[in-house]
Amino acid sequence: MNWNEHLPALLLAVPLFGAFIAPVVCLFGKTTRNILMTGITFITLIIALLLWKNVLAGGPAIYVMGGESFNIALPSGMALPIRIILEADAFSAFMVLCGAIAAFAGALFSTNYMEKFSGMGRFTSLYFLLTVGMLGMMVTGDLFNFFIFIEIASIASFGLIAFWRDKPEAIEASLKYALVSQVGSMVFLIAAGCLYGKYNALNMAAVGSLLQFGTMEKLVLVFFVGSLAMKCGAFPMHMWLPDAYAEAPSGVTCLLVAVSQASLYGLMRVCFSLYGINLGGSFIPWMIIAMGLASMFFGVSMAVVQHEIKRLIGYHSVSQVGYMLLGLGVGLLVLKDARSMAEYGFTAMKGGIFHIFNYTMYKALLFLAAGAIYYATGKRDLNQLGGLARRMPFTTFMFVIAAAAISGLPPFNGFVSKLLIYESVFAVHPALTVVALVTSVLTLASFVKVFQTAFLGPEKNALVSTREVPAGMLLGMGVLTVAVLGASLFPAWTLSNLVEPAAKALVDQAGYIGAVMGGGL
Amino acid sequence: MIGNAPFFVVGILFLAALVAIFMEKNLIKIAIAISIISSAVNLFLVALGYRTGATIPIHYLAGEGTVMVLPTPQAMTLTAIVIALATTALLLSIIMLVYRHYGTLNVDEIRRLRG
Repeated sequence: MNWNEHLPALLLAVPLFGAFIAPVVCLFGKTTRNILMTGITFITLIIALLLWKNVLAGGPAIYVMGGESFNIALPSGMALPIRIILEADAFSAFMVLCGAIAAFAGALFSTNYMEKFSGMGRFTSLYFLLTVGMLGMMVTGDLFNFFIFIEIASIASFGLIAFWRDKPEAIEASLKYALVSQVGSMVFLIAAGCLYGKYNALNMAAVGSLLQFGTMEKLVLVFFVGSLAMKCGAFPMHMWLPDAYAEAPSGVTCLLVAVSQASLYGLMRVCFSLYGINLGGSFIPWMIIAMGLASMFFGVSMAVVQHEIKRLIGYHSVSQVGYMLLGLGVGLLVLKDARSMAEYGFTAMKGGIFHIFNYTMYKALLFLAAGAIYYATGKRDLNQLGGLARRMPFTTFMFVIAAAAISGLPPFNGFVSKLLIYESVFAVHPALTVVALVTSVLTLASFVKVFQTAFLGPEKNALVSTREVPAGMLLGMGVLTVAVLGASLFPAWTLSNLVEPAAKALVDQAGYIGAVMGGGL
Repeated sequence: MIGNAPFFVVGILFLAALVAIFMEKNLIKIAIAISIISSAVNLFLVALGYRTGATIPIHYLAGEGTVMVLPTPQAMTLTAIVIALATTALLLSIIMLVYRHYGTLNVDEIRRLRG
């Protein structure tokens, strides 16, 4: 038996298995639970790496659930695929890799961070379910299953955000997120139903091969973009995001960052693989670009005035999502124009996709560092913090790296992806670059403020007994620091091996459809 | 016209519930509106798969008819109903905790996270 062919299914099966045995395993005590948590997420990470390697070498991987054979999408000459199909191309594999790294780091961090609390069986179980939902969204090839994985991820995250249920703020954040995300996913289901009613298929590749751009498809696309932008926290629908990120336990926030990227993945999958070259007009690309610009600017301007550390970082998430929407929106705008695509469109997409990787790594790291500060001091208000660099040298070191990366300071990876976006969106309109640059400056300003008030300056009397956080938490942050530094020190390798195949796969609609529908379009 | 009636009902239910989510102040009413939206979507899916005069999509029970309703939307609806049940239950328990902490269900008074 060749394990490599079963990787897409194993990717979901392993964390799902973990979710169901977690309540039992957690009865055996703390050590067993920690082993389970790190073990399962580590195996998931290995599977994600293998899947990524296979997809790079052998093209899109498909996996048919419940069929007589797991790799034949169209058995006995059927015109449409009818089974549950997982499909992972280079873009999905790239996203899966980002998500699996974040899940592993969050699990390592949570082992020590959550040890004081009861109810850890349920926490572990929900954590794995959230991982399953996130990875499922990234590898599924089917619109209805995408909805199901959205719901798995949403329900798990409602529970996890409200995990500290003695805090009113946590409950309120969870409620807000629940309301927004329920409306969003119902709109998504209506859009999927409309496509099913017209094309009798739910498989993205099958719908993509049949799609004719008309009035209904326009409406459906607006529904898709609206609901998925809501889930990834783009500007007009962002109000749940800082609350949810700030109130969830830090290990969970680290994973929630990756989950919002899964919604962004869905948005891009719908725009590029479902509609792709059939997309008529430039309204939707401009809408995505406008949403990106608004998210960038308003996100960062609200972040500057915050004085609670996790909320501040949460508002930066809104502005960082804007960069990706900007890069990928420009790619979508010039998708049909081969010359502009080669000149600047592809660079914009590479920038957007590289930014997804960078954002997931450094934003997760920032949240973990904020969690470490909270763990060590019990405080989240910047006005009560100060002089932590003497007490927590490792956390300070990793926070500086993440802060420099998010502000786009030159040696770090954030600089590379932002530069790719600046120089390519300039060709569409210089104003886009201006907004992006101003955002970057404000980001730097607000992180200088955080670093200066929390880590430098005189020591506060209340914080004299602060100590460095335990090893598990440092390890969790270390995994992400290594990822950030790796992408910073070897940008050429990362771009050509990690980012470029993903961008190519996203542009290559025929390849995505052909993997299921078998070559003939 | 009469064949499209379910879709009009879906539209009216969806819009009414959406308006309720934005206008209502009571959290329980908002939760009800959310479950009305889920029901509207489920009705939409079932109505999509209906064919006039068709029989049930089970081969040996179908009788004489050769036209069957589509089974896929029905399977989708069942799944969506289960999901809606889970989210409604979770939403109500969150609302219960909100009431315990804030002593009110009025959304205007639950505002520690503004700004």
